[in-house]
Amino acid sequence: MADEHGRKWDRCLADTAVKTVTGISVGIVLSVLFFKRRTWPVSLGSGMGLGMGYSNCQHDFRSPYLLHGNMVKDQ
Amino acid sequence: YSLSPCYVSLALYKCLYGRAHPTNLQHHRHYTSGESSGAAKVVAVGLVTLGSSIGGTVLYAKWDPKFRTAVEKNIPYSDWLLGMALGPNPYSPVTAHKKQVSKFITPKYPTTPPDHLNGSLLCSLNSVLCFCVSEECKECHHHGDTPVPAMVEAVDSMTEGPLKERPAEEVTARLAQQEQEDQDILASVSASLEESLASSAKTTLQAIGAQEAALQAIGSHTHKLKEAMEAEVPPDQKSAQWRDLETALAERRSTVNDAGAALLKARDALDSLRSVIDKAKESKVAAVQPLVLAAEENLHSMVVDLDQAVTKVQSAESEAKIVSQYTELVNEAKRQFQKELSSLTPEIQANWKGLTGKLSADDLNALIAHAHRRIDQLNRELAEQRVREQVHIEAALEQQKLEDQKALDKAVHTATQHSKEEARLEQERKLSELREVMEAEMRTQLRRQAAAHTDHLRDILKVQEQELRSEAEQMLEQETHYRQLTQEQLDNFTLDMNAAYARLKGMEEAIDSHVIAEEEARKAHQLWLSVEALSYTLKTAGSDLPTKPLESAVQAIQDSCCNNEFALALASALPEESLRRGVYSEASLRSRFNSLRSMVRRVALIDESHNSLYQYFLSYLQAALLFEEKQAMPPTQLTNEDLDPFKLLSYASYCLEHEDLELAAKFVNQLRGEARRVVQDWLTEARLTLETRQVVTLLSAYANAVGLGTTQAP
Repeated sequence: MADEHGRKWDRCLADTAVKTVTGISVGIVLSVLFFKRRTWPVSLGSGMGLGMGYSNCQHDFRSPYLLHGNMVKDQ
Repeated sequence: YSLSPCYVSLALYKCLYGRAHPTNLQHHRHYTSGESSGAAKVVAVGLVTLGSSIGGTVLYAKWDPKFRTAVEKNIPYSDWLLGMALGPNPYSPVTAHKKQVSKFITPKYPTTPPDHLNGSLLCSLNSVLCFCVSEECKECHHHGDTPVPAMVEAVDSMTEGPLKERPAEEVTARLAQQEQEDQDILASVSASLEESLASSAKTTLQAIGAQEAALQAIGSHTHKLKEAMEAEVPPDQKSAQWRDLETALAERRSTVNDAGAALLKARDALDSLRSVIDKAKESKVAAVQPLVLAAEENLHSMVVDLDQAVTKVQSAESEAKIVSQYTELVNEAKRQFQKELSSLTPEIQANWKGLTGKLSADDLNALIAHAHRRIDQLNRELAEQRVREQVHIEAALEQQKLEDQKALDKAVHTATQHSKEEARLEQERKLSELREVMEAEMRTQLRRQAAAHTDHLRDILKVQEQELRSEAEQMLEQETHYRQLTQEQLDNFTLDMNAAYARLKGMEEAIDSHVIAEEEARKAHQLWLSVEALSYTLKTAGSDLPTKPLESAVQAIQDSCCNNEFALALASALPEESLRRGVYSEASLRSRFNSLRSMVRRVALIDESHNSLYQYFLSYLQAALLFEEKQAMPPTQLTNEDLDPFKLLSYASYCLEHEDLELAAKFVNQLRGEARRVVQDWLTEARLTLETRQVVTLLSAYANAVGLGTTQAP
């Protein structure tokens, strides 16, 4: 259980890094293709990536405390 | 973590950039040219793969028949393909079944002519063996049935050996049976004889009665006739007389008929009786003879009576004939006279007695003259008659002689028959009497012999008895002497044995009680040893490894104290994990705790409710900035502020340092939120260890107590 915490952090950081880099690259591509080499798509992409990563991380850390409900269909 | 979007984007980027860069043209040409011939390549590759897979399947199926059956089962039309390529499958279950069935159906046995015994037997055997579906076999069945029992019978008759002597019981049985049969025959014969005798006697009596009645009637008729002829009665009575005569005549006729019928019946009955007697004579039973004899005598007497009655009737009839002849003659004469008279004097009536005044002198003269003439005529006739008398008499005598002779012959014949019959009966009677006498004599002789034999036996037996008695007395004396000696010896032995037995009993009891005590002690020792083993296993924990699984030790405890409920309950109270995997030692737990501590400090601020990453950041900051004591002595009572994670950690650390795992676990248990999740594992391990240790201490205490208990004498 103690390791779980560490593992969560690992996942979290890796995921965030990947997302950020992806965002940056997408931003770069878009900026080169459509937006005449401006910088704002890059920052947008990186921000999006970071945000997604952060959100995932938070969700992951909260997961033991989140209650999941199942809808029971009436047969 | 899928980096494929990354790759895809990079590839796309490269493609796009590659178009602009001439250095990559070759690559692209290669790619573009490769792309147009790629379809053919793909098709070719696909075909090659398919062919190789099929070839590989076929080869492997040839080598492994089970694989072949599996393929044939699962893939349709594969069995056709494989059959074409490799031939039929030797291990297939379907074809094997077909083969067996064909083997049974194909051979048809030839039909042999049924009159030959061997042939029919063979046919019947074959019909038993083969499936009798064909019609020929059915015929064989029918024909085979009839000769077989004949053969069986022949065999049976052949196996009968020579006739053996019948055993005694069978002989007596047969004798008894024969006697029974004889009795039955006798009874039946006597019954039949009596019956026929009775019936024939009845009919004979009836016949005799009828004959007597006929005799009577004939006698009365004759008498009446005589009366009517001779008596001179007035005319009206005469007609009455004639009427009586007629009735008498009718009566006579009817009685004679009845007598004849009765006679026939009687003769029939007698014939039947004779036949019954003959049949009875044929039977071999000796006791029937006197009955037969008596019946024959009865028959003879009846026949004799019947014959006598018949002769009487016949004589009466002959007399009646004479009388009737006489009456006829008289009537004839009377008529003649009347005729003459009427021819002479037609006006005079028959009765001339009362005609005294009516007749004239002429008539009287004529009448007298006629009378004179008649007298002359009659005298002449008389003279003639006297002359012819002798001749007539001689002729009559001759006739009479003949008739007498005939009658005599008949009478003689019947008399001889009767006498013969009587003689025969007499002889048979004498024979039977003689036989009885001889039987009686033989019986007496046999009895005498039997008596002599029994006397002889009795004497011999007496002599033997004496000898045996003397011998027995002698032996008895010896026996009693020996028995006395042996009895004395036995008594001595018994006394010794009893003493020894009593001692043995005492020893056994002492040993038993010792054994029980030792058993208890042994068990207690075993229990103690197994508990010691268990507590030793607790010490085998490595620094970071759990102990060996406690299962074997616990099993040993359970085996050693199978009838001790307390120990069993305790042994089964150990947690599963400890049995399977073992428990960690306190030292390892302690070291783990130290590493956990930093983690707990870092997540101290995270509880169940709101834990965003910002909280995590804050918590990390707190952990970096806050310092608490490494170990703090826990108070006796906890207040609310003591539930702060850092404080709890220091209390727990202190307890652990002072070897109090239980209290440390209690403190750690107070953590909440993420910190609790982090230490959950450690907590369960600690609990496990504590439980195990508790149980082990209890068991060892118990074992010690039990061990102490057994050292005292019960």
